[in-house]
Amino acid sequence: MANCIVNYGFSSFILFVWMAINIFLFVWFYFFYDLGPQFFYTRHILGSALAWARAPAAVLNFNCMLILLPVCRNLLSLLRGSFVRCSRTMRKQLDKNLTFHKLVAYMIALMTAVHTIAHLFNLERYNNSRQGVYDELSTALSDLADTENTTYLNPIRITNLDPQQIPTYFGFTSIAGLTGVVITLALILIITSSMEVIRRSYFEVFWYTHHLFIIFFAGLVFHGAGRIVRSQQRTNPPHNTTFCKDHPDDWGQIPECPIPQFAGGFPQTWMYVIGPMVIYICERLVRFVRYMQSVQYKKIVMRPSKVLELQLIKNGFKMEVGQYVFVNCPAISQLEWHPFTMTSAPEEDFFSIHIRSAGDWTDKLIDIMKKVPEGAEGPKLGVDGPFGTASEDVFDYEVSMLIGAGIGVTPFASILKSIWYKFKDSDPKLRTRKIYFYWLCRETHAFEWFADLLQVLEKEMEERGMGDFLTYKLYLTGWDQSHATHVMVHFDKDTDVVTGLKQKTHYGRPIWDKEFEQVRKENPTSIVGTFLCGPEALGKVLEKKCAKYSDVDPRKTRFYFNKENF
Amino acid sequence: MGKIEWAMWANEQALASGLILLTGGIVGVAGQFRGWQFAAYAVAAGVFVCLLEYPRSKRAKGTSVERTGQYCFTVCVKAFGPLTRNYYVRAFLHAAICVPGGFMLATVLGCVCLGIASLIYLAAAIRGEHWEPILPRKEIRKPVGESIKNPPQNPPPRPPPEMRRKQAGDLEKSAYDNPMSVTDDE
Repeated sequence: MANCIVNYGFSSFILFVWMAINIFLFVWFYFFYDLGPQFFYTRHILGSALAWARAPAAVLNFNCMLILLPVCRNLLSLLRGSFVRCSRTMRKQLDKNLTFHKLVAYMIALMTAVHTIAHLFNLERYNNSRQGVYDELSTALSDLADTENTTYLNPIRITNLDPQQIPTYFGFTSIAGLTGVVITLALILIITSSMEVIRRSYFEVFWYTHHLFIIFFAGLVFHGAGRIVRSQQRTNPPHNTTFCKDHPDDWGQIPECPIPQFAGGFPQTWMYVIGPMVIYICERLVRFVRYMQSVQYKKIVMRPSKVLELQLIKNGFKMEVGQYVFVNCPAISQLEWHPFTMTSAPEEDFFSIHIRSAGDWTDKLIDIMKKVPEGAEGPKLGVDGPFGTASEDVFDYEVSMLIGAGIGVTPFASILKSIWYKFKDSDPKLRTRKIYFYWLCRETHAFEWFADLLQVLEKEMEERGMGDFLTYKLYLTGWDQSHATHVMVHFDKDTDVVTGLKQKTHYGRPIWDKEFEQVRKENPTSIVGTFLCGPEALGKVLEKKCAKYSDVDPRKTRFYFNKENF
Repeated sequence: MGKIEWAMWANEQALASGLILLTGGIVGVAGQFRGWQFAAYAVAAGVFVCLLEYPRSKRAKGTSVERTGQYCFTVCVKAFGPLTRNYYVRAFLHAAICVPGGFMLATVLGCVCLGIASLIYLAAAIRGEHWEPILPRKEIRKPVGESIKNPPQNPPPRPPPEMRRKQAGDLEKSAYDNPMSVTDDE
């Protein structure tokens, strides 16, 4: 329980505050429209559907304001930088930006559904009222038109169309209706293309369709311009609804009941969203400026298994370990920016990325780079970043457990290199004195470059007699009979047959209980930072183990879990 | 990541449209709107589209992720053979289903969304995609060599008994000399 608080406390707090604001807005505006006397006549026609439409509208205003903020990665990076002095927990929250963005999106989708359904009822009731189907009061109210001494209540003015088609006609000819349909459609397309299956497999579809948000916000700002939600205005002499509601025929003829006047509510959505829209435009400008900055090539290396290593130099570029950059290649696509973790250490005078063939864009990039002659410059690239991740914290822990699964091993290339440089230079910033590195992959295909790196580190550590600074274990989870036979035959060899490293490769998945036990036994009083770059399922397992093996007693071993997220 | 299979997005869009059509239909019927008959149709059409679109197709390249409990739906959809396999049929089917939804405001959104799904399916069909059921993989045992059926009839050749008996006094003589090398240093 205590570990839960330690690990999840702050996120839960933010979520709680967000949910509380949503609930408050919903309830407040519901009762504002359901009980407010200025809506008495409006409610007479519409019933509670009025309040049911306006309450989600308020929640939508709030959430549409929030949704742009978590994706302003440069702004978040700036905030993150200014929190360097603060505790670990603050900085971790800013990494959960995508999760929050999705949560807000779900709320927007839900509220849109409620809002639309309520308005369907509203339009139906307005239409019926205009057709004279309801009581005398409703008909009288709906007859009020926009002339020099009357103002309308019922926004549906036409009667000479097929009554079944009037709501559809109104829906497509009024500002609110048309913008409503368009932005709901945009929202639906954005959501269906953002489903996990599509996002992970066809990033381009997801990214391009997501830009429909521009239409969404444009429509949203104008959605209320028609001012069709009408409330009763003060007249002189005042119109007493309690008495006058029973005498609609006498309006304008008796002194107690002048003709009631109505006006639409002032559109407010723009006030909520204008700030974030400006911030987001600034964010895109910053990305554009960074894109225009020139990037020079230091080296282009083709690694085995279709992995491309690019060593690049950019003016004023400063990175930290495990950070990632977004790369754009106009020769392939003007609009696409793809994230790659950097594999070089900050101590080096260049930054490098390893790009694996994993889709259209990467394939084309590798093809182009292959054709670049020896020593020549490659195609123009744009680089945005660097952006921070939890890996920066790895030096703060006395003991670190680094777990990289498959391609998730990439940030650890940067970390291990950096740790090695710091260790060699006896950098005082390095608090780490022991690292456990677990590398899980189905096959070492495509990661030979990483095995090479480990070999180099292994050799250097042996030379300095620091063999036990880094303990690494490799797990090949995709072994089969031929692997097993191969290993059996080469059992006596000093180095591993698969990777050529001193540490033997393990087969199958690690038994985490044993690993955590071992770490705890060897480090009985330390804080251990656990870093994962890999699949969700593994993250959940590790989170549980961290909680299980952590001691509430601050003098004993405690495990903190950090997950990298792309 | 691989080359885009439009059918995957069309499937998500169509499933969403089915739900939206269904919701609009329920609202129209429950609220007894004008033209509620169209709403009733939308309920049936929505349910049909959802059932048809729930089972995901197997991807041509890459791992296919099933939706929870989609196996029964897969079997039903598979039973219609070429009608459900072919995406041209689906595209025209969705286009036809969505039309009556346009006659009433409550169902118009479902109609437009389904129309868009139909267009994406058309694109998928033009690119030659088709629906493949995701069925549980049958375990393939490696076929064992034929010789397992014919075990040897005779024991392997051995030297005569007096040589086989171990001479306890003489270690050299009692050590067994292999007729052929059994170590692994070839």
